Amino acid sequence: MKLDFTLNGKPISREVAADKRLVDFLREDMGLTGTKEGCGKVECGTCTVLLDGHPVCSCLMLCAQIGGRHIVTIEGLRDGDNLHFLQAAFVDAGAVQCGFCTPGMILSGAALLAENPDPDEEEIRRAIAGNLCRCTGYTKIVDAIRLAANRMRDK
Amino acid sequence: MKKDSYSVIGGRVPRSDARAKVCGTEKFVADYPHAGTLHVAVIRSPVPYGELRGVNRTELEALPGIVATVFAEDIPGENCVPIVGRDMPCLATGKVNYVGEPIGLIAAETAEDARRALASVKLDIHSLPALIDPEKARDPDAPRVFGDDNVFSHLVIRRGDVEKGFAEAAVVVEGFYRTPYQEHAYMEPQGMIAEPEGDGSMTVTGSMQCPFYVQGALATVLGLPLAKVRVIQAATGGAFGGKEDVPSLVATQAALVAWRTGRAARLIYSREEDILSMSKRHPAVIRYRSAADRDGRLLAVDADYILDGGAYATLSPVVLWRSLVHSVGPYRCPNVKVDARAVATNRVPCGAFRGFGSPQILFAVESQMDRLAAELNIDPVEIRRRNLLSDGDATATGQILEGSVGALETLEKAQSAAGKAPPKLSGNSRRTGRGVSTIFYGVGLGATGQHLARTGATVQVLQDGSAIFSVGTTEMGQGMCTALAQIVAEELGIPVSRVHMTATDTSRVPDSGPTVASRATTMSGNALLRACSPIRQTLLRIAADLASTEPQNLIVVQGRIETTAPKPRSIPLQDVIDECYRRRENLAEEGWHRVEGTTFDTATGQGNAYVTYAWATNIVDVEVDIETGVVEVKRIVAAHDVGRAVNLDGVEGQIEGGSLQGVGFALLEEIISQDGVIQNPEFGTYSIPTAADAPKVEPVVVEAPFDGGPFGAKGFGEQPLMGIAPAIANALADATGIRIFELPLTPERVLAALSQKKKK
Repeated sequence: MKLDFTLNGKPISREVAADKRLVDFLREDMGLTGTKEGCGKVECGTCTVLLDGHPVCSCLMLCAQIGGRHIVTIEGLRDGDNLHFLQAAFVDAGAVQCGFCTPGMILSGAALLAENPDPDEEEIRRAIAGNLCRCTGYTKIVDAIRLAANRMRDK
Repeated sequence: MKKDSYSVIGGRVPRSDARAKVCGTEKFVADYPHAGTLHVAVIRSPVPYGELRGVNRTELEALPGIVATVFAEDIPGENCVPIVGRDMPCLATGKVNYVGEPIGLIAAETAEDARRALASVKLDIHSLPALIDPEKARDPDAPRVFGDDNVFSHLVIRRGDVEKGFAEAAVVVEGFYRTPYQEHAYMEPQGMIAEPEGDGSMTVTGSMQCPFYVQGALATVLGLPLAKVRVIQAATGGAFGGKEDVPSLVATQAALVAWRTGRAARLIYSREEDILSMSKRHPAVIRYRSAADRDGRLLAVDADYILDGGAYATLSPVVLWRSLVHSVGPYRCPNVKVDARAVATNRVPCGAFRGFGSPQILFAVESQMDRLAAELNIDPVEIRRRNLLSDGDATATGQILEGSVGALETLEKAQSAAGKAPPKLSGNSRRTGRGVSTIFYGVGLGATGQHLARTGATVQVLQDGSAIFSVGTTEMGQGMCTALAQIVAEELGIPVSRVHMTATDTSRVPDSGPTVASRATTMSGNALLRACSPIRQTLLRIAADLASTEPQNLIVVQGRIETTAPKPRSIPLQDVIDECYRRRENLAEEGWHRVEGTTFDTATGQGNAYVTYAWATNIVDVEVDIETGVVEVKRIVAAHDVGRAVNLDGVEGQIEGGSLQGVGFALLEEIISQDGVIQNPEFGTYSIPTAADAPKVEPVVVEAPFDGGPFGAKGFGEQPLMGIAPAIANALADATGIRIFELPLTPERVLAALSQKKKK
């Protein structure tokens, strides 16, 4: 099928199998390997991307489902050399260990902050509950999202 | 001149790999381009035990997109993945010994072709009665999975006179404890890429902890000299022990296809395949009897336990050894008798997992301490204080501790950080409780791994004043790369941001042993210090020339070399480096570090087991709902003696993450196995803690410096997991009066224990 959609702010038009998983399309066809695959069953959240601003697991989505929609991957978050607030906060707060969950975690955080610029700890924890991390114990990830929220409001 | 404070050691330094990871540009093995690369699928045993009679090989090879298959008879070298022993084949031949055991390999043009071929595999296997229950492994009529008696290893401690100790006791408590499998659940599944080189050598890149183990396995299986096998670690998305030994399996699978076809081959495990076939924490069955005098002083310990090793020995003998050394906890005890066995079953081979056998035995040790305290009506913190090892004391293996014993300090600091326990609730269904555990961790490989206790490193200062270093240990998320960059930065005065670690690569650094046993930062740190030392001397010598002084008057600070004599002067480090290059001085050096002095007598279990120990106290507050049986951890205060915190962010990250893995082990994580078949190989049914159910972890850092560590640092990364489960079990007992002897502490077990208590 012919697929027209927006990827990280740019219009894309591609010939693609309708039943190709979005995660495979992004990683293989578009070369955007920042989106990771941890389970392939919508259980770990490492493949999270934003679909019209909402976090979704790209291992569940098929290309046929994204026509006309806007997808944002981790590669679309920063502006050239300038990190997004969340990316900078993850670095500064020590929220990164192995880094495999990090792109999905940051995108879930970005969706939260777009809706709720001043989330409390409970709201942050709920928003990232679908993103598993085995390294950090989540403490510094929650700190990083708070830090990003504060910096975004102060900007 | 010696500095009285450090520039970058002990601070909070952002991880050197963080930027790439938040941008999504860090390259994990699955992220390498793979156009033209073959996809590998692994044919696995569907039964726990059976005679392998045949497979429809010709049919498989005729399928579209299938380039080749590989079976045991094709292996060019030895059909063996060497770990501690050499009992595990690369591909099964004759018999299959566990569900998921590799039998053959399919090389396909696409992942889809590989999947389709896998669905067409027809195996002719004659199923045999399997040995599933580890407690039956030593029965005379049990199926023979390993040797004559299904025992991989039997280790003992014989110390003092145990009978006398029990005879003199004021109180004796005995318990039977059980702990389950724990799955590592690293977020990145296992994966390898193998590339045959034109000169007949093989390059393998992938997710792993131990490149030199992988190199050894590849050389064995491919029949190549080590010199023709190069192994490169890709960014590794978590490991926790789960990428210690089993990557050797994954790598040989990919490499056999590459060897057979002459093409690059790629093997990325699905999560299901990963959980079904890769290593886990050993399940344990523990009988533990402890005796104390009226004041609560431990008089004797008598313990007998088994670890379920699964179908092959893999790391079981050394996992068992670490558990043995930790089997009395961090306490003085004059009389000890322990019998520990790792046994074989027709189940997936168990291996390394953070704590390496010790979380199992410490669950019993620390539960017993609280039971002794309860019998004697002594406070749980107080009974620990009375028994804790201090400088000059002997451990259960008879090792006299010489310095760096922060045990008591962790207990005191944890207690003061935790403050008063929350008030006891009554009236509704909620009950509050507090639990404590005090533990220790033998740093590094110890006596049974002394032959591997060495590391190499190289350091080079480049013309622009940046530095590059290589080590033989690996970064898997724990933060070694940053801690090591800090060590180089501190020694050479170069900013951390200009110190770069290369990917770990067997062709760059001599065999440095494995990245296990919390040894990477300390061992590679020491090797780096040795490499930096002559470079530093050169910098000082040249700087002394420039400043018309003697090298001993100089001090290296960040970006500068300074002197007060004969007159105060500060020279930019870059000027010194420029001068070095002008004079063609060598600013590239190698360092080598080895550890001596560990001993162990297998007849008595006595010896200097480890070079030093890390220490920790956990204090846990829980709320238990007695209607639903749900145990909720509200707060964990975790005080760890780390010798010296090189990077505070990294130390806290280890404590926070390790503690949460401990919470998972205590409350949630359970592999459901039916007749040797794992029923829940997915995160939907094997639950690990999420952000929503993670408690607050409050790290407390204690520093009792270790002379043998870089800047006094001790390895401790495993320790945060090790004592959490018993602290939670103790808190549950405090809250409800019930004592549960089996992990995890599920609502079902809690409710059953509560109703049992009511009946009494």
